[in-house]
Amino acid sequence: MTTPIAKTVTTPATPVDQSLLYPSPYKEFWQAFSRNKGAVAGLMFMCLIVFCALFAPWVAPHNPSEQYRDFLLTPPVWLEGGNWQFILGTDELGRDLLSRLITGARLSLLIGLSSVLISLIPGVFLGLLAGFFPRILGPSIMRLMDVMLALPSLLLAVAIVAILGPGLINTVIAIAIVSLPSYVRLTRAAVMGELNRDYVTAARLAGAGLPRLMFVTVLPNCMAPLIVQATLSFSSAILDAAALGFLGLGVQPPTPEWGTMLASARDYIERAWWVVSLPGLTILLSVLAINLMGDGLRDALDPKLKNAA
Amino acid sequence: MLSFIARRLGLLIPTFFGITLLTFALIRLIPGDPVEVMMGERRVDPEMHAQAMERLGLNKPLPEQYLDYVGKLAQGDLGESLRTRESVWNEFLTLFPATLELAFAALVFAGVVGLLAGVIAALKRGSLFDHGVMGISLAGYSMPIFWWGLILIMFFSVSLGWTPVSGRIDLLYDIEPKTGFMLIDTLLSDEEGAFKDAVMHLILPAIVLGTIPLAVIARMTRSSMLEVLREDYIRTARAKGLSPARVVFVHGLRNALIPVLTVFGLQVGTLLAGAVLTETIFSWPGIGKWLIEAIGARDYPVVQNGILLIACLVILVNFVVDILYGLANPRIRHQR
Amino acid sequence: MSLLQIKNLNVRFGDANAVPVVDGLDLNVNEGEVLAIVGESGSGKSVTMMALMGLIDAPGRITADALSFDGNDMLKLSGRQRRKVVGKDMAMVFQDPMTALNPSYTVGFQIEEVLRQHLGLRGKAARQRALELLKKVEIPAAESRLDAYPHQLSGGMSQRVAIAMAIAGEPKLLIADEPTTALDVTIQAQIMELLLNLQKEQNMALILITHDLAVVAETAKRVCVMYAGQAVEVGQVPELFDLPAHPYSEALLAAIPEHSEGAERLATLPGIVPGRYDRPEGCLLSPRCPYVQDNCRRQRPSLDPQAHSQVRCFYPLNQEVA
Repeated sequence: MTTPIAKTVTTPATPVDQSLLYPSPYKEFWQAFSRNKGAVAGLMFMCLIVFCALFAPWVAPHNPSEQYRDFLLTPPVWLEGGNWQFILGTDELGRDLLSRLITGARLSLLIGLSSVLISLIPGVFLGLLAGFFPRILGPSIMRLMDVMLALPSLLLAVAIVAILGPGLINTVIAIAIVSLPSYVRLTRAAVMGELNRDYVTAARLAGAGLPRLMFVTVLPNCMAPLIVQATLSFSSAILDAAALGFLGLGVQPPTPEWGTMLASARDYIERAWWVVSLPGLTILLSVLAINLMGDGLRDALDPKLKNAA
Repeated sequence: MLSFIARRLGLLIPTFFGITLLTFALIRLIPGDPVEVMMGERRVDPEMHAQAMERLGLNKPLPEQYLDYVGKLAQGDLGESLRTRESVWNEFLTLFPATLELAFAALVFAGVVGLLAGVIAALKRGSLFDHGVMGISLAGYSMPIFWWGLILIMFFSVSLGWTPVSGRIDLLYDIEPKTGFMLIDTLLSDEEGAFKDAVMHLILPAIVLGTIPLAVIARMTRSSMLEVLREDYIRTARAKGLSPARVVFVHGLRNALIPVLTVFGLQVGTLLAGAVLTETIFSWPGIGKWLIEAIGARDYPVVQNGILLIACLVILVNFVVDILYGLANPRIRHQR
Repeated sequence: MSLLQIKNLNVRFGDANAVPVVDGLDLNVNEGEVLAIVGESGSGKSVTMMALMGLIDAPGRITADALSFDGNDMLKLSGRQRRKVVGKDMAMVFQDPMTALNPSYTVGFQIEEVLRQHLGLRGKAARQRALELLKKVEIPAAESRLDAYPHQLSGGMSQRVAIAMAIAGEPKLLIADEPTTALDVTIQAQIMELLLNLQKEQNMALILITHDLAVVAETAKRVCVMYAGQAVEVGQVPELFDLPAHPYSEALLAAIPEHSEGAERLATLPGIVPGRYDRPEGCLLSPRCPYVQDNCRRQRPSLDPQAHSQVRCFYPLNQEVA
């Protein structure tokens, strides 16, 4: 005959320091982010770029528009014929390449930042509207976005610039318009996902008005994918601006935008490879850095997004 | 399945009209007087101006102008190029095969190499190969492809002299454009060495154009494959005593390919955008180069309807890809 | 000579110092016998069988003194040799039938695969045999099901298909890893009945992994109780239920809700299964055992054979202590 087993006894857990258990969200984010070495490398490179952009006039050894007639097409310093005065060489008009690249950083960052801001704010707003009014307003907005997305982004940007004319400001506008649909789509999807959740119902019952619901209750919880998208848009913006510059439709020479520099460099492939390689390399490294950061951000903010296309 | 197709078709129509609205609006938005813009002149004789406005229908209310425009489109009248006086539609048809050939070659390159790299990277997860593939594909879609094209030209054409610098075929050859596809036409012609020459001309542009799709496909295949390999039915397949090759390729890849297909299709948009840049670098006579030159020359009929045609192309391809995806996924195939 | 002999099986994930998920397991199964393996989640019951089938990948490492099936030393087989045994003489049915079948291929295709691989059947012959198998597992309208896709089948039917795939090679040993846990209660009984009928018909050995003691009582002849990766008691079914020898078996039986009728709380053992950092030096149950003695904490008991059973305890409950 078996005897009944003793009743359950719980052993008390040892008291734990709460601050160790629950680091602040920022600290938690940084811990997750810094685990990704690529992302950290990207961040450091971007800091370098930002530094160059902010302090370009002081960091650049020369004035980017100054032409040194005696030093046309000087090779970089490590090649024969190089000169310590022009570390990365000069272009076909005798302008210092390094200074132009540093100044170009300013332009690229400016274009990236402004186009992201100009498209993010209306985009998120439209997405919120589409999510909160899914009967008529929503589908209309989405149909419009579908039309905009029907055309490849570069072509649409090219079309807009064809209309508005070339130049820096029009480039920013074109890129902003082209990035708009992704923000709208993303926000709408996130909003529709959140609207079903209990905390939104609770807020409604508590009497939250529409603006409060939109901006205070729901929007903060949709930030993660938006931040990731913003970083990706930033890098696309730089690439598209460079492409437009290369096609002669964007920033015009003599302004030292990286893509524009490549357009005039085409004729010098055989004679002066550095005029061709270096601006493009800077574009590549910057975009790579931003993409690495974006990957790291995505992994740190929401690991579930990891395997998304 | 039929209802799936019908629904997709239904979405197509409003999008198409949206595009026509967009292209219509695009031209009307050009700052300045439309007649002056069309004629490319500053001061036009007032009488000629009035006549032109009448002829171009520019003094009618906007909605009517739009309907006129759509009406003309329905009849196949896409206007004339201001430069060549050729019908925009004819010019498009003549130049399109070149772009198609290039895009096709790029897609084959991207698809084959991308799939292979993605599958192997997934199988050897964490290895040097895996990190290499991931790194290269990251670089691939971070780089400006016009620069990549220039670098490849510098290296392979100028330094090594392996490939030609531009064009579809050497000027020495006189090939009759029977199909418009240089590879086929050179095979059909009896000129010696023409085919090889055509191939050599195609290699570099195809690689450049295919680089971004390659990167995206490789990444997507890898992540899709990794997910699939974790699934229970893979364990079942192994428990059945099937060979590892069969487990991976018959059971794994078949399911991993489904999401990759959508990505494949989405690359068409990227390809057309890239074609614009690639054709410019390699002086490849396709619709991308045509469009850019038209923009530079302010040839507005070409710009307007060229964009329309390209957009329609993208929508059409996306539609076809959607249908193919539905066919590949048995769950959708069997929807009532 | 047993059909299946497992001696001192260890499965670890990680290096040689990693905590073993299966810790010194001994098990024998004879031809045509029905053995049930019971234990809570994480006791290592599934991992043992997966190790046997060769489904454990790196970083898992398998070591054993003996792992022999039907005369084959499973530890020494090459990949190719193993694949001749697995799926044919030894087959497995898994827990969740809805995900166990490949969604992109028809039922017929997936069954015929096994027939082609192990019996060399092709074309019409394969299809015919597949049809017979579907009928054997009592799928209604079998003819039309051959061309059906998994998503068109219910849970119960999918599991029948999985069983059909498993018996296609006419196995000597069928392992069923919680085959009914993911199914509706009404279907559970049907599937269990099917498995037992097939077992009798084909004279297969059947290893049934489950946490449902009621099923064990009705179906198995012998039962192996696992705890923390070890087999703690192996015995005949009616005897073990009437008089469990190991304190853990006793606790398991006492925890069945029917045994606690009238009480205020379900009877449980205090504490939890040892994890990575708190594995005891002595008997793995010692921190929780209500009958624990001093030497239990210091030494690990081995699986002592008794008359009809084995128990891993210094003080088995069914013996008089001298």
